[in-house]
Amino acid sequence: MLQSFKMALRSIRGNKMRSFLTMLGIIIGVASVIILVSVVNAYMSTVVESFASMGVNRMTVRVTNIETRSVSDDDMYGFYEEHKDLFAQMTPQVSVATVIKHGNDNLSATSVGGYSEEYLDMMGYDLAVGRNIQYSDIMSRQKVCVVGYFVANELYGGVEAALNQTLKIGGYAFKIVGVVERQDEDELEEGGTDDFVWMPYSVATKMSRNADITNYIFATNSTDDTEECKDLLEEFLQGIFKDDDLYNVTANSEMLDSLNEQIGMMSAMLGGIAGISLLVAGVGVMNIMLVSVTERTREIGIRKSLGAKKRVIMQQFVIEAAVTSSMGGVIGILVGSVATRLVGSLMGITANPTFGAILISFSVSVGIGLLFGYMPANRAARLNPIDALRSE
Amino acid sequence: MEERENREPLIELKDIYKIYQMGDEEVRANDGITLTIYKGEFVAIVGKSGSGKSTLMNIIGALDVPTEGEYHLGGEDVSDMTDDELAEIRNKMIGFIFQQYNLLPKLNLLENVELPLLYAGVGAAERRERAMAALEKVGLKEKYKNMPSQLSGGQQQRVSIARALAGNPSLILADEPTGALDSRTSRDVLNFLKQLNEEGNTIVMITHDSSIAMEAKRVVRIHDGKINFDGDVKEYAAIL
Repeated sequence: MLQSFKMALRSIRGNKMRSFLTMLGIIIGVASVIILVSVVNAYMSTVVESFASMGVNRMTVRVTNIETRSVSDDDMYGFYEEHKDLFAQMTPQVSVATVIKHGNDNLSATSVGGYSEEYLDMMGYDLAVGRNIQYSDIMSRQKVCVVGYFVANELYGGVEAALNQTLKIGGYAFKIVGVVERQDEDELEEGGTDDFVWMPYSVATKMSRNADITNYIFATNSTDDTEECKDLLEEFLQGIFKDDDLYNVTANSEMLDSLNEQIGMMSAMLGGIAGISLLVAGVGVMNIMLVSVTERTREIGIRKSLGAKKRVIMQQFVIEAAVTSSMGGVIGILVGSVATRLVGSLMGITANPTFGAILISFSVSVGIGLLFGYMPANRAARLNPIDALRSE
Repeated sequence: MEERENREPLIELKDIYKIYQMGDEEVRANDGITLTIYKGEFVAIVGKSGSGKSTLMNIIGALDVPTEGEYHLGGEDVSDMTDDELAEIRNKMIGFIFQQYNLLPKLNLLENVELPLLYAGVGAAERRERAMAALEKVGLKEKYKNMPSQLSGGQQQRVSIARALAGNPSLILADEPTGALDSRTSRDVLNFLKQLNEEGNTIVMITHDSSIAMEAKRVVRIHDGKINFDGDVKEYAAIL
């Protein structure tokens, strides 16, 4: 067995050019499987990521509190703390329908709401200047707010200018402690992405004159856990309300599921197309091995006359085919991995070769070597030693 | 003849026929050959090309089976063996020396000589030891790492003799062993074969050249697939 491997390596080395050309098919096949599958995966995961930043990992909880059965923000926080491993952020959401004013200017389409200190992270936004709403602001009901870029620009003429200024919301004076970076690079308009004011939810609750909070937003750590998180929330709320008409949990990820399905199909399809090139490469291996058998008819005759049995000759050629194609496979993996990174950086995404693609393409290439090496090896093993010795 | 019959037979051919179908024509390459060769003999099988001597060599060498007839080699019936069984017989009992040496060009001398031992399943250490001993016997021990192409024709033939000896076979079968060599090297090889015979090896040599056949002790001449002379070398000299 070991001897057969040595002989295979020697034979491959003895015919460098031809062995390389044989391998080239396998190399291209393996590399293209890896590149296609990995790049598609990477591209799709950036798509998923951008969906996630739009809130696919979020779910909204609405509750209708009645006298006997109700959920307070403390209850919700209790649940949240208990499942910190699954949830990334949580915030109550209290909408305030009002107009905001600065001097004589006012904005009426601005979305004004009360949130927790985690809302900024949940949205994935960064501050341009100042600070975020803090836990202490919530506890002590400070009239502070964080405003969007549009608000700062429209009412104060700039981000820096807005900081520490006073903003009148529904008649109360709020201090602007922070301004969020511009989010929508293309448009800046009333009621747009950058037209918002956030205040501590405790303050908003008081302003809206509602005793309790009815809306919460949860963000999960991973979109994979959505189902589990939703079930947990529903279980928790069912335990309190005993009636599923009184609460409602909506995951924003329904569309992600169908997206994931499409990704799977896409990458299987492209992988399959690349797989065909591997098959073609296998035919190449078979072709070369047939040539090799013909060329080495005399060698086979000598070996047989010295007592080599069919199985031994067979083994020699099958191993040679398998070694050739697995060497091609290894080189293909290296080429594919490097090329995946290159293509990824050209496309502006981080693409890493997926383990699955490597495993599959490598085992397919070895399998093809064995499969397509079998026929020529069988032919070699069946050669008549007399005819084989007579050949030149 | 008296002396031979007291010895143990190694090769027993009984009514051997090898018939090829060439289109409509039937070619009888071996047409009823009966021959017994005893242990320790040095026999030359001589015949012109087309006489059927190569066919006979293939059968004796267990490279082929006869169409009809019985062939016992060392007491075993070889006539109906399968390919793999024949391979085993060749490996264990026969050492081949070919006209074209038939060394594997990509293996060094040691590896070439080791081949029959490898196929016999001999372990690496013993394989090397026995192959080196065989190379030493033919005077090429020092060159064991060389490739066949680095040697002269005579040296290559000596390597192939070493390979034939390595497996310690019952029979050494030489097919035109001097066919590709000049007269001086031919002499060396023939002397070496004689020496091996004196050491007790049974040698069967196939040749078309009567003067080469004269180097053996017994000559069997084949003509048209039949034996038309069988006797010791002095009797053969008389009819030439």
